[in-house]
Amino acid sequence: MIKNIMIVGVGGQGSLLASKLLGHLLLTEGYDVKVSEVHGMSQRGGSVVTYVRFGEKVYSPIIDKGEADFIVSFEQLEAARYLPCLKKGGRIVTNKQKIDPMPVITGAAEYPENLLEKLKDADVHVDAMDCVSIAEEAGSVKAVNIVLLGRLSKYFDIPLEKWEKAIEACVPSKFLELNKKAFAMGRNCEA
Amino acid sequence: MQQLMLGNKALARGLYEAGCSVVSSYPGTPSTEVTEEIAKFDEVYCEWAPNEKVGMEVAFGASLAGKRSFCGMKHVGLNVAADPLFTCSYTGVNAGMVICVADDAGMHSSQNEQDSRHYAIAAKVPMLEPSDSGEAYEFGKLAYELSEEFDTPVIVKMCTRVAHSQSIVDPKERVEVPTVKYEKNIQKYVMMPGNAIRRHPVVEERTRKLTEYAETCEINRIEMGDTSLGIITSSTCYQYVKEALGDKASILKLGLINPLPVQKIKDFAAKVDRLVVVEELDPIIENHCRELGLEVSGKDIFPMMGEISQNMVAEKLLGKKAEFEVLEEELPVRPPVMCAGCPHRGLFYALSKQKITVLGDIGCYTLGAVAPLSAMDMTLCMGASISAIHGFNKALGEESEGKTVAVIGDSTFMHSGMTGLANIAYNQSNSTVIILDNSITGMTGHQQNPTTGYNIKGDPAGKVDLEALCKAMGFERVRVVDPYNLKECNDVIKEELSVEEPSVIISRRPCALLKYVKHKAPIIADPDKCKGCKSCMKLGCPAISMKKGKAVIDNTLCVGCGVCQQMCAFDALKGQEE
Repeated sequence: MIKNIMIVGVGGQGSLLASKLLGHLLLTEGYDVKVSEVHGMSQRGGSVVTYVRFGEKVYSPIIDKGEADFIVSFEQLEAARYLPCLKKGGRIVTNKQKIDPMPVITGAAEYPENLLEKLKDADVHVDAMDCVSIAEEAGSVKAVNIVLLGRLSKYFDIPLEKWEKAIEACVPSKFLELNKKAFAMGRNCEA
Repeated sequence: MQQLMLGNKALARGLYEAGCSVVSSYPGTPSTEVTEEIAKFDEVYCEWAPNEKVGMEVAFGASLAGKRSFCGMKHVGLNVAADPLFTCSYTGVNAGMVICVADDAGMHSSQNEQDSRHYAIAAKVPMLEPSDSGEAYEFGKLAYELSEEFDTPVIVKMCTRVAHSQSIVDPKERVEVPTVKYEKNIQKYVMMPGNAIRRHPVVEERTRKLTEYAETCEINRIEMGDTSLGIITSSTCYQYVKEALGDKASILKLGLINPLPVQKIKDFAAKVDRLVVVEELDPIIENHCRELGLEVSGKDIFPMMGEISQNMVAEKLLGKKAEFEVLEEELPVRPPVMCAGCPHRGLFYALSKQKITVLGDIGCYTLGAVAPLSAMDMTLCMGASISAIHGFNKALGEESEGKTVAVIGDSTFMHSGMTGLANIAYNQSNSTVIILDNSITGMTGHQQNPTTGYNIKGDPAGKVDLEALCKAMGFERVRVVDPYNLKECNDVIKEELSVEEPSVIISRRPCALLKYVKHKAPIIADPDKCKGCKSCMKLGCPAISMKKGKAVIDNTLCVGCGVCQQMCAFDALKGQEE
């Protein structure tokens, strides 16, 4: 049985640490793991996506339409964009932040309204959090990725200590407490 | 210890363990990390070359001297390096020589999706094609063995999904290999007609022997499952086939993609009821099967363009359709854009304002073609901007000379802009070339180049002086502008277009993402002064948006470059240090 997690967002938002941490954790849990991302345009503010797949044996490095168990999203519009990749009944864990793409900035398009409500009307579960505020409260706006992972961790049968060990392995020690706090806040917040 | 490793890093690890000693490459997505990763090992001499042709020739020289060598590039880079490739196929190697070429089906970050397998066939060199990180690691080592056993350069072909996905690798220790003694051999290494004519039969004989190897080698393996369907595949497509079909099909998985086996394919075909080739881009394995007289499906089912996926395999071969949810409304796209504070923006705004025809080139600045700047008329390949403006102006003369420029980045200029510039100086067209010098190779993720003064390890290195170079070629007019200064850009472009002689403008400011670049505090928008005229929006800066009719600055993105301030007639945009 293969599980699929997609991490989506806007270039420069820090999805790399999230996939690194998940990869590390799942490998130490004894799974076969594949992590895949497209480089090149990642710093240029474009839509970015990372695939994390794990199970007894993983073949394809990508997650195709209707396959993702989870979409972890750093931004509302990106959560909506990748909805077709989610399994029916799958779960979106998303930051409520909105970042205008260039067509919206130039006035060629409008940022869609009430996206979260529309997502909730689809046959999927939605956990939406104000991750920016939570991360700031934890100590740094840069911890948005860890807040999201904290939330995601609720749906995995992996003990909290293991997640914390993975955080220890992947973040510099001086930011460890901050990240553990952000993780716990994401895990326990209302969504 | 087992670890998750990027395909490119795994290939680098394999090359390193096999005793690779000299590396010379030019960056290009999705190939760049192979060279960046191997550069981290102290036992390996590693450099960024000005272009792929130079890189391959450096690698050839090192092989000739007796050290295992490597050069890496993206698919279009192999066009540039094709010249040495075709003839070092004839000379063969002294120590092992491995070339990596990374294709980009789906064009995630490329100007075309050419299929590099054609090069292996045309140059008659063996090509290995790994399907994940584990194979990239193993094939890197095998490539050196084959190179020395068969006396040939060997190509390892990657693709975006293999290069940029991480899977499990179990790395070992490096094995030092002795230097192969260099011995003068004019007949083998001096490719003039009399010698080359004797080398060509050697190449043909080598291909015959490699075909024999292809029949028995372990990397061309058969995995028998249900025999009603037989799939021949390679690379990442193998993974899609395994995932979608499991044991519902038998599979011939090819690791050596050139030359292809004959008997092995015929035997496999005889065991299955229906034969299908699953390969991305061109029908190379499929056509080979047809030449063998086999009845085969391939491009009648699968597309000639873009990527294949597990869902596509399941749909085309099992009739299984994926189920998923979609929102009814159309979502705005989110294309990549020039970053906030990008030094290219000011220059491109000046070009767009003056409605100048812009012959462009390959790099971050190709994004100058995107709305609202839309300040680019052509992008073809590395260096083409400079050669093409010469042709454009020779064709139209005065009609175009005063309102056309070429734009090219510093790295692209060193790659293949210099020869075009020599042509302008030599054959005298009244052309204006703008070198966008942001002190780095930007689009591929910040690699050093001959103009930056640093080498691949970040240590001080030689530095090409662009002004002196242009002057030495015969350009009397070489101007330097700061692209953060809109008035200066405007004025200098006007001046250089109005004079009747060729000229170079160097637009110089380091990439805003470079670590050493100090950013100013974000600009503050004053809602009382803002009239909502949207002048600042003409820059297409991702840090500026309009909210309720007023300009708003995103202070998480703004780096205080101040270009937007120069657009505002109402003094509504303030720097915090003013």
